Amino acid sequence: MDKEMEEIERTFETKELTVSLGPQHPATHGVLRLVLHLDGETVVKCTPYVGYLHRGVEKLGENRTYFAALPLSDRLDYISSMNNNVGYVNAVEKLFGIEAPERARYIRTIVAEMGRISSHIIWLGTHVLDIGATTPFLHAMAQRERLLDLFEELCGARLTVSYPRVGGVRNDISQEFLDDLYQFVLEFPSHMDDYETLVTENRIWKDRTVGIGVISAEEAVNWGLTGGTLRGSGVDYDVRKYFPYDAYDKVDFEVPVGRNGDCYDRYLVRVGEMRQANRIMKQCIENLPAGPVMSDAPKLTLPPKDLVLKDMEHLIHQFILITKGPTIPEGEVYVGTEVPKGELGFYFVSDGTGKPYRMRVRAPSFVHASVLPRLSEGGLIADVIANIGTIDIVLGECDR
Amino acid sequence: MKEMVDGIIGAGGFQMIINIVIILLKIAAVVAVALLHVAYATYWERKVIGHMQVRLGPREVGPFGLFQPFADGIKLFFKEDIIPANADKPLFYLAPVIFFVAALTSLSVLPFFNGFVIANINVGILFLFAMSSLGAYGIVLSGWSSNSKYAFLGGMRSASQIISYEIAMGLSLVGVMMLAGSLNLTDIVKAQQQYPLGVFAIPQILGFFVFVVAAFAETNRLPFDLPEAESELVAGYFTEYSGFRFALFFLGEYTGMLIMSAIAALCFLGGWGLPAFITANVPHILAQVLGLFWFLIKVYAFMFFYYWIRATLPRYRYDQLMAIGWKLLIPLALANIVLTGLVKIWVKGII
Repeated sequence: MDKEMEEIERTFETKELTVSLGPQHPATHGVLRLVLHLDGETVVKCTPYVGYLHRGVEKLGENRTYFAALPLSDRLDYISSMNNNVGYVNAVEKLFGIEAPERARYIRTIVAEMGRISSHIIWLGTHVLDIGATTPFLHAMAQRERLLDLFEELCGARLTVSYPRVGGVRNDISQEFLDDLYQFVLEFPSHMDDYETLVTENRIWKDRTVGIGVISAEEAVNWGLTGGTLRGSGVDYDVRKYFPYDAYDKVDFEVPVGRNGDCYDRYLVRVGEMRQANRIMKQCIENLPAGPVMSDAPKLTLPPKDLVLKDMEHLIHQFILITKGPTIPEGEVYVGTEVPKGELGFYFVSDGTGKPYRMRVRAPSFVHASVLPRLSEGGLIADVIANIGTIDIVLGECDR
Repeated sequence: MKEMVDGIIGAGGFQMIINIVIILLKIAAVVAVALLHVAYATYWERKVIGHMQVRLGPREVGPFGLFQPFADGIKLFFKEDIIPANADKPLFYLAPVIFFVAALTSLSVLPFFNGFVIANINVGILFLFAMSSLGAYGIVLSGWSSNSKYAFLGGMRSASQIISYEIAMGLSLVGVMMLAGSLNLTDIVKAQQQYPLGVFAIPQILGFFVFVVAAFAETNRLPFDLPEAESELVAGYFTEYSGFRFALFFLGEYTGMLIMSAIAALCFLGGWGLPAFITANVPHILAQVLGLFWFLIKVYAFMFFYYWIRATLPRYRYDQLMAIGWKLLIPLALANIVLTGLVKIWVKGII
């Protein structure tokens, strides 16, 4: 009898539910794995696990010449490979002490902004898809397809482009490409209006994102956030504006800044960035200067292919640069560039040989993945999904 | 023959057997036609949403992709039936059957045109509620028996969602019952003839609104598809289901949508009721056929509304869903009942 009473009076025990979200999950944007401790639907603890896509890009870079390591940067953030290339060549150029000619710098600015739009379009589509709206995703992908076609027209590759070169760009752009791109630039704002009509003022969208994943400006800086994730918290920091590279000091653009640091403000910031990117492209196309697209530094840049096949000096340069690599002074250099995800930094230590002694990549996605517990704990499962979408990470870059 | 049968099983036995055969034939016809409609509802959904999303939808199997539903059915039928090792097997087998049977049983009280209904019972609406609540058991059991955390969360969400919205939906139809003075769906359709445009949607605009929102939640459709929220819970309660068991859930969901659309058409949009000048001037049989088509047009318009919403809106969060259900819809439905009652007394007083 006593035993039965004990059984009845024993308090009802509850325990936390541990859910492994990912690495194969529709909403973790790749192979991110989150271990969530749930109390009902509330997230008590969130631990991100990264490294499922680790390929040792930094170590691989140390075993290749500066020219041969360029395609590795494509594979970092594979949906904005153009921006990674631009960051890489800017860092290497600073190390070599050369500058790309004016025209090449304008072209790089154009293609980098194309990369920014194509990356942000994917972000917009998938973020909105995670929250449950399917239509903007497909409309957005249709426009991204146009950008990929333009990349193909430009250099033959659609995704991993490797188009910029140390000292310039691979090939000059054609008038046909410029016309097609200008057509896209003129039409793009109306497409943006279409996406925003479905999302920006949508009541459900606001319910899902306003006040979710709030992080203050001070805290955002302390976490090392960059890019749209930082600007959503109201910090006016954009590498393009404050440490201009390529042609960014010659174009007029604004840096959209949020106020509350929640998912909605980060959304508004990125949407604003897409419109600004379009503006930058328009100005660059209109003011594109004439001239060469590779700098005149034969010891440090690859010679043009047609001359290599005809001319002995160029053939020798090509052979030396490809096999041994350029001879450069010892030293170290860090260059940060604004990629769609945030500030992508390349840090090189040179020991005077043709290969870097150390190549380090500062990946914004890695930093942003680390802030996920801060944003998600205390919220609901659905907010975790909104947060993953809003910090805009790509695991190829995060895991390197 | 009649005498022989009566002799064996008592007086009136022959008539009973004939009645049973007629009912069985009716059931067969309704189930076959309904499943065909369900199959083509999926096709139509894919076409409609495809065109809304700058895609084309199915177009490879047959002309305009018209045989796509059959191809899907055949594919699902021959798929491997995977059962998780730790699943509670009897319940795992049973859950999709409960869900599907509950959805199909609801068809029995729906009048498709004047006089055609399998079971013309006087508590038609209550029977529909009972069956849609029973469907929740299928969802909860599937979530529980799969022994998977995602399925479990989906099942729990669904249980609380369906219970909350069941109340709102039930209350939203109370106004209709009060106006019609009956729970029988045929009577409700006939009662609507005296109202402007032959629909209850105008005098019961508040109830109609609550009903539409609750109907979306009841059938787990966007913006309330939390139990199967793809981006959160992979596929929710049927994450672990495959092959034809998955198909049963799928068919059950679309049958549920069809039934909700039918209830909306019958209780709020006038059902098969045609304007009097048509019924007076055409032969009876033609009027029946026209009535059936009129009813189907309404059902499909409502289905289109389902698809349209799905292509437009994002998904609500779990707590927001509950807040809408308890803090907005139920008070609105209660207010609607009070309002309907007051108006009815007032009108009666005038007459």
